[in-house]
Amino acid sequence: MKTMLNIALPKGRLGEKVLAMFEKSGFECPAIHESGRKLIFENPEKCVRYFWVKPSDVSIYVERGAADIGIAGKDILLEYEPDVYELVDLDIGKCRMAVAGKKDFRDDTTKTLRVATKFTNITKTYYASIGRDIDIIHLNGSIEIAPILGLSDVIVDIVETGATLKENNLDVRETIVPISARLIANKSSFKFKNEMIEKVACALSEFAASEDKK
Amino acid sequence: MKIHESVLKYEEKAVYSLRSLYRRYGYLPYKMSKFEEYDLYVRNKDFLVSDHIITFTDTDGKLLALKPDVTLSIIKNGKDACGVQKLCYNENVYRVTKGAQSFRELMQVGLECIGDIDDYCIYEVIMLAAESLSLISDNYVLDISHMGILSAVIDSLGISDDDKKAILKCVGEKNVHGIDAILCGSSVNSEPLKKLINLYGTPEKVLPELCAIGESIDISSELSSLQIIVALLQKNGFGDHVRIDFSVVNDMNYYNGFVFKGFIESVSAGVLSGGQYDKLMKKMGRSSRAVGFAVYLDMLERLDDTDGGYDVDAIVLYDEKSDLSALSDTVKLLSENGKTIMVQRNLPDDITYKQLLKLNERGVEILENNA
Repeated sequence: MKTMLNIALPKGRLGEKVLAMFEKSGFECPAIHESGRKLIFENPEKCVRYFWVKPSDVSIYVERGAADIGIAGKDILLEYEPDVYELVDLDIGKCRMAVAGKKDFRDDTTKTLRVATKFTNITKTYYASIGRDIDIIHLNGSIEIAPILGLSDVIVDIVETGATLKENNLDVRETIVPISARLIANKSSFKFKNEMIEKVACALSEFAASEDKK
Repeated sequence: MKIHESVLKYEEKAVYSLRSLYRRYGYLPYKMSKFEEYDLYVRNKDFLVSDHIITFTDTDGKLLALKPDVTLSIIKNGKDACGVQKLCYNENVYRVTKGAQSFRELMQVGLECIGDIDDYCIYEVIMLAAESLSLISDNYVLDISHMGILSAVIDSLGISDDDKKAILKCVGEKNVHGIDAILCGSSVNSEPLKKLINLYGTPEKVLPELCAIGESIDISSELSSLQIIVALLQKNGFGDHVRIDFSVVNDMNYYNGFVFKGFIESVSAGVLSGGQYDKLMKKMGRSSRAVGFAVYLDMLERLDDTDGGYDVDAIVLYDEKSDLSALSDTVKLLSENGKTIMVQRNLPDDITYKQLLKLNERGVEILENNA
């Protein structure tokens, strides 16, 4: 029996893009395009097994070895700090982690800053690095309305185009870090399926580089 | 005392076989107390995997801790003596594991070699690490790195300490693009470092490439001791399982020289970790050098499938008419043969068994055979 490479893909638009990248790099899996409710797809010929998981869970599947490799946003890697290899920057799904506030917001540095976010770890690390005292308000979604309702002074969130912020009368005050999708690998799998993982990493990085030049 | 191997759990078997391996090489067992003064861990916080520690107050008001680590206690309680002190241990440690924000009790088996360490001592410890892994599984890999080589290459960049720390993190992640991001805008030559991170494989494959890096950066003494150790490992049959991998990164404030990590197929994280920690010794006021490793047995729980999922070998049924003397004879005979037996009047619902036996007037009758 051939050993299969288990690949965790993030559900959604980014995942579709990534799948296309895998397929163009020679790791196609026709079964994945059949309609249905299946979540796991195999192509024994290419020794790959794909599965769709929630984007924020990809790093967990990979860290714990349920997936050998996976695609995760840098935001997830910074937030959860999984013990994995980060092999390739795929240069897609690009956005940035930023601090945003109401357009007329003036930062009063004599007060504790109230920050609403989904990304508490990134927020904590960022404000600790600049020595600012903050009060973190953890929210699971619709972060943008927090400053409007006076729940927080600013938010820390992913900004892609800035359109959502604009519509809500917010703007970016500070960029914390640029974000893009990364190929990650389980540390143990990297040893035992080395040839295959290196092949995928190499193919994807070449593909990402060629797309970059276009 | 006779022990049937079948009653031992996988981790227990591993403890016995590892301990007897270390004893065979003259490592003396070292038993320590469960508690340690909290102060010890505060002073060496960064050495620990996590900084959460279970503490309590002793009867005299001293703050004590349940050991989160064994190495620190061994160093603290030892004295600098002539020659080399060789110790092995198996101890429970108490740590918060990542993800789950709660304490767990973890069994660790390991050894330490403290004193006037030379290349032979280092070889012996690394060889025992490889041998330990081979006892656990045939499918293992021992990754070896040398902090001296890594730090020489990083130092050649001439960057700030903060950047070095960030770079070291990237090295641990094999994150080449991350290094580009840290060094972007500066004119330093990061090629040797990036090459170093991308190196992975057997010594035959990696050593020539390391020599190439050695042409521009002075790593000659580190490289030659790496070659000596690797040659000894190859000579003794571990060559197929040794990989050189500079992503094995331990804290530079404590570790120097060789560091290594062991992996077993189908276990998702490293099961063995070790290295040379002369710097920690120095910090703790000891003049000798040291090298050692620990095997994390909690990771091995899932490897165990020896009994095929059966709770007992046989269930022996009896009823009110059964002859109790014959019953006790049957059970005695079976258990003396190393079988696990459960005697029941009625068949229990959720117990799995290989054989179902019933005692009646004619003797023992086999009702079911599952294996």
